[in-house]
Amino acid sequence: MRHVRLLLALFVALLLAGGSYFVPGAPAAQTMGPVTDQIGVVKINKGQPITIAYWLVISGPDASLGVDSRRGIEIAIDDAKGTLVGHPIRLIGEDSGCNAEGGTTAATKLAANKAIVAAIGSTCSSEARPGAPILWKAGIVTVSPSNTAPVLTAPDRGPDYGGYLRTAHNDSVQGKVAATFVTNVLKLKKAATIHDGSPYAEGLANVFADVFTRLNGAGSITSREAISPTDTDMRPVLTKIAAGKPELIYFPVFIAAGGFIARQAKEVSGLGSVKLMSADGTFSPDFQKAAGEAAIGMYNSSPDLSPEALGPGYKVFLDKHQKKYKEKPISAFHPHAYDAANIIFAAIRKVAKKDAAGNTYIGRKALRDALFATKAFKGLTGTLTCNEFGDCADPKIAVYQTISVDPAKWNPGTNPKKIYP
Amino acid sequence: MQRSWLRRVPIIDIFLWAVRIVVIAVILYGSFGTLRQGKYSGEVWIDFVVFGLSQGSVYALIALGYTMVYGILRMINFAHGEIFMSGAYTAYFAAAALTAGGFLNRHPVISMLVVLGVAMLTSTLIAVLVERIAYRPLRRTPRLVPLIAAIGASFFLQYTFRGLFGSGFQAYPTVNVLRGEWVLAGIGILRTQAVVIVAAVLMMLALYLFVQRTKTGTAMRAVSEDMEVAAMMGIDVDRIIVITFGVGAAAAGAAGVLYALVFPQVHFFMGFLPGIKAFTAAVLGGIGNIPGAMVGGLFLGLFESVGPTLFLEGLTIPGVYPAGIPAPYQLKDVIAFTMLVMVLIFRPSGILGERLATKKA
Repeated sequence: MRHVRLLLALFVALLLAGGSYFVPGAPAAQTMGPVTDQIGVVKINKGQPITIAYWLVISGPDASLGVDSRRGIEIAIDDAKGTLVGHPIRLIGEDSGCNAEGGTTAATKLAANKAIVAAIGSTCSSEARPGAPILWKAGIVTVSPSNTAPVLTAPDRGPDYGGYLRTAHNDSVQGKVAATFVTNVLKLKKAATIHDGSPYAEGLANVFADVFTRLNGAGSITSREAISPTDTDMRPVLTKIAAGKPELIYFPVFIAAGGFIARQAKEVSGLGSVKLMSADGTFSPDFQKAAGEAAIGMYNSSPDLSPEALGPGYKVFLDKHQKKYKEKPISAFHPHAYDAANIIFAAIRKVAKKDAAGNTYIGRKALRDALFATKAFKGLTGTLTCNEFGDCADPKIAVYQTISVDPAKWNPGTNPKKIYP
Repeated sequence: MQRSWLRRVPIIDIFLWAVRIVVIAVILYGSFGTLRQGKYSGEVWIDFVVFGLSQGSVYALIALGYTMVYGILRMINFAHGEIFMSGAYTAYFAAAALTAGGFLNRHPVISMLVVLGVAMLTSTLIAVLVERIAYRPLRRTPRLVPLIAAIGASFFLQYTFRGLFGSGFQAYPTVNVLRGEWVLAGIGILRTQAVVIVAAVLMMLALYLFVQRTKTGTAMRAVSEDMEVAAMMGIDVDRIIVITFGVGAAAAGAAGVLYALVFPQVHFFMGFLPGIKAFTAAVLGGIGNIPGAMVGGLFLGLFESVGPTLFLEGLTIPGVYPAGIPAPYQLKDVIAFTMLVMVLIFRPSGILGERLATKKA
């Protein structure tokens, strides 16, 4: 008996040792046509399409966030006349579901497709956390139009995120604007925060709470609560918050849970006159549908989409949007997606090489380096310059107040009305 | 000597006793800590209890369907959460149509009855169809087969609704009469919640009487005792099974409307979590047992609502959480499922359950 075990142990050890032989080491440089690249080369035969992928939330309660971004990408492709370095652009995509599992699945599917040159996504930071490393392992660089969690571009993010950039603002900016607005404009001294455990919501709620505490002194945050994104009954947590008597509840969560919080806050005794504030994750007519009349008077921090902030280019974009989709943008990250697509296109133009037969070769490492080298790029959202950790945004944050919850009246700027700065 | 002592007291028993003591100690320590802080007044605790009861009564209504089907077929109908969803979803269209003409707010009682009727009818119809198409042909197969069929039916229903009505959510109209709260003996109760609790209790009572006092109910109990003997006594077993599915589904449909009254959003995936919770409630109360499902549902709702604050808020761990566990509400599912595990360890048949293992399985 003992001998059998010993043999078994030896066998397992051998297997392990043998297995380690197959674990890939550092990727070897690959040469194809005129291009040599440390990570790999994508070859696009003459006349074949060049593949760009998106991974965004396009179904479920948060679908409006991802669909809005996808429209930005589609308009960018239209503006490029559908071609790039002599090849037609093919846009493919995966639904990422606004959760870690969805992000993993979408990224894994995309990573398996060797034709993909670059990706745009994800929508929610929770998807990018596990998803971006999967893509980067396959050598695919991704630019997110709407991930805002600070952790994704933090200096300690590690080499797994080496292929991740974003054109969305970092929430260390958004949280600060929100806290400053509440303190200086609303002149409120006590606030409570709710997050849903996602990197986006937790990061933003923490930034808000830290800045607010710095501005108003210790104890000005009456409680920091958390829910889970699928919760429907918020009354217990709101009742708990009511015990601390805050003047404002800051809940930077997503549409479904945010709708429940807004509706139920009015029903909890002690919170009748409390002010509500959320962030860009709920800046959508779908949220107004979810929250109903409870959303009237509510504040949202979100990218500043006003003509003063974005310049005349945005007006042209809006006309194209109206013509193509017959409605106003349904969320806030379409210009960021447009810019994400355009910096990718610019980087591809920079690094793509052709051979005599007209085939195109793109080095993956070269593309990544070109993207990180983006400097003073004139985009819709401002002048983009990427830093070494992938933050490319020229952040402009505004605070909006909801005037009406009639979906037909959705028009960011007038309703919800921009009130700060 | 030592060895024989160990043999007399099995390790597993010692372990279970340790678990019991630790859990009870944690609960007592946490609750005592919370209450000593005195952060919440009596009214707040009453609010927590009312929230818990209203959530729990919806769980209980759904749990009835699980428990009745299990009682008769020894099968867990995992599509039941989707039956609940389909009721709520179709009722949304009825409610939206009534709101559009302003009828809903002019005649709220009639409208709510219509909406309830639509939901219960749709749910019943779908459940009966699922039984006929997906379960009945598999009745003589090993138990795992219908279970997998149920999971398949659940996906089928979810994605049918997604295909038909889109992947987004629909906002349920609110009924003006049900806004605000009623004050009862000095305690304010939200009107929607009061209606939900009362309606759920009435429905459960009706169902209990139906099973205990009517001829069909007696036949149902007979089939659940022993299907073959019941058939020999002249009971049409197929008919009874269809009725069981139908009645359980009607309760789920009604629960769907009540749920949508309190949480005014419907989408194709909404049945999943309440379905799992209701299943938990059914197991908690003792699956196969109708009063058990009611008690289990109410218990689960109460624990979810009161538990996080009561047990965790005051649970100070020096050095790590000197001020208690932060943001405890997020852990409400942990509390609910820990409770399930505890009940299953110490009372495997559930709170009111009979010893099924020896009798039937």
